[in-house]
Amino acid sequence: MRELSLNILDIAQNSIVAKATLIEIEVDVDKREFITITIKDNGVGMDKETLENVTDPFFTSRKTRKIGLGVPLFKQLAEITGGIFDIKSEVGKGTTVKAVFDTTNIDYTPLGDVWDTVALLIQMNENIDFVYTVKKDGKQFVCDTRQLKEVMDGMPLTDISVVQFIKEYIKENQTEILKRSY
Amino acid sequence: MKSLQELQAIRDKMKATVNTRDNQNCNMRIVVGMATCGIAAGARPVLNKFNEEILKRDIQGVMVSQTGCIGVCQYEPIAEIYDGDKKTTYVKLTPEKVERIVAEHIIGKTPVTEFEIGEVKE
Repeated sequence: MRELSLNILDIAQNSIVAKATLIEIEVDVDKREFITITIKDNGVGMDKETLENVTDPFFTSRKTRKIGLGVPLFKQLAEITGGIFDIKSEVGKGTTVKAVFDTTNIDYTPLGDVWDTVALLIQMNENIDFVYTVKKDGKQFVCDTRQLKEVMDGMPLTDISVVQFIKEYIKENQTEILKRSY
Repeated sequence: MKSLQELQAIRDKMKATVNTRDNQNCNMRIVVGMATCGIAAGARPVLNKFNEEILKRDIQGVMVSQTGCIGVCQYEPIAEIYDGDKKTTYVKLTPEKVERIVAEHIIGKTPVTEFEIGEVKE
């Protein structure tokens, strides 16, 4: 993966498969140049055995293939920067994936176009709500599809013109919050 | 900076045209593989390009959607186009290839054979 936003997209796909109805994605940039990315869902969750093996690339709950690379890749990208990776899950309640990256490390993968990822997730999953939050130095921007749906008053968020708007809306507000490129 | 007021304007415009669009069925479906293999190979810009072209050319009756792993990871990014009973599988896609597929297949109804899975060179 060339940018972390692609890993976010990949991890969120797991939440979709887990039948989540709400997926929360948060990018938190702190003063010490660390980025924390959290992807939380209210999907079916994992049992203890699955959770213990989820970072093993040769373990997957999928029946069609025996390889699952998404979570191990995300973990590796965090840990090579000296960051940390954590995943918590409970059957029936959902899963939270959290990764911390040191942006000053030479092996840090750029954050990339998260707006593209979030807009794509919204477009492809009409029945799932997404909350995207970006935080830095006490400031934050939140894009919540429940709020967007209220504004749209029954019109679909999946329309391509709406998706283009969402992309620009997130991009401009996120750039304002971060004021530098990660 | 973009605000939700702008979204209200888009909504109003959509409401004004919804009656004319209601009767149009999606007779063509574009499905892009979005598993780890697809995403790593560049599926996101490919899917975005389909969206951009459809919006730019104001094409109606075409739905863009995603799926998981299609099963031939080495040929990703992959898109399948369903037109009635006919399925065409395009492999090793790029945004440039998508531009041609939209022009020749989606609009022109002639599949771009050279990008199809049967034509791929190992």
